Amino acid sequence: MAIEVRIPTILRTYTDGQKAVEANGDTLAELFADLETRHAGIQARIVDGGELRRFVNVYLNDEDVRFLDGINTKVADGDNVTILPAVAGGMA
Amino acid sequence: MLTITQALVDRIVAHARKDHPDEACGVVAGPAGSDRPERFIPMLNAAMSPTFYEFDSGDLLKLYREMDDRDEEPVIVYHSHTATEAYPSRTDISYANEPGAHYVLVSTADTDGLGDFQFRSYRIVEGEVTEEEVTIVEAY
Repeated sequence: MAIEVRIPTILRTYTDGQKAVEANGDTLAELFADLETRHAGIQARIVDGGELRRFVNVYLNDEDVRFLDGINTKVADGDNVTILPAVAGGMA
Repeated sequence: MLTITQALVDRIVAHARKDHPDEACGVVAGPAGSDRPERFIPMLNAAMSPTFYEFDSGDLLKLYREMDDRDEEPVIVYHSHTATEAYPSRTDISYANEPGAHYVLVSTADTDGLGDFQFRSYRIVEGEVTEEEVTIVEAY
């Protein structure tokens, strides 16, 4: 068992085009560090200075992790993690 | 080049008009790999701001799940500028994360003398903006 991580199009260059990969860890921070060992470069696109990047949304089983414990959210085997860059912009 | 129906252009412009003075935003999805915008999906601007837009994070997940289930992709990502021309801002460029999409901008201002409701389309790839021609058709 492992945790399935769904990868957005923009980050699939790090996963050889795969839409979903598996990873392990007790928290999201560990999970992303584990991903980094096989998909070098991906962690920095998600995490900055130990926190989730402001314009990257991470969901644990459909829940935005900002409403949980952010990057310290606990994860377990069988969970499903989805990464989606925010769709944002504006003239500001 | 973006090829789009008049009906879809009208719906995007109508959405921008309705939400003015806030920025309006949304997606037109189409079959994966087709480059054909078909399904108009207006989104809520969670920022509710005249100078910024952001899809609500819950809506964003629902949208991408749905497109995935239907084997669609975001062919167009659109938003409006309410006081400046329909050209991608620095903010737009730094958050543009769909290199395969046409970024459509609609201006609800008339600051540059080009008339109301300019409708322009761009590719934004790795920080590079390229404007493209828009061909409006009655049907595909």
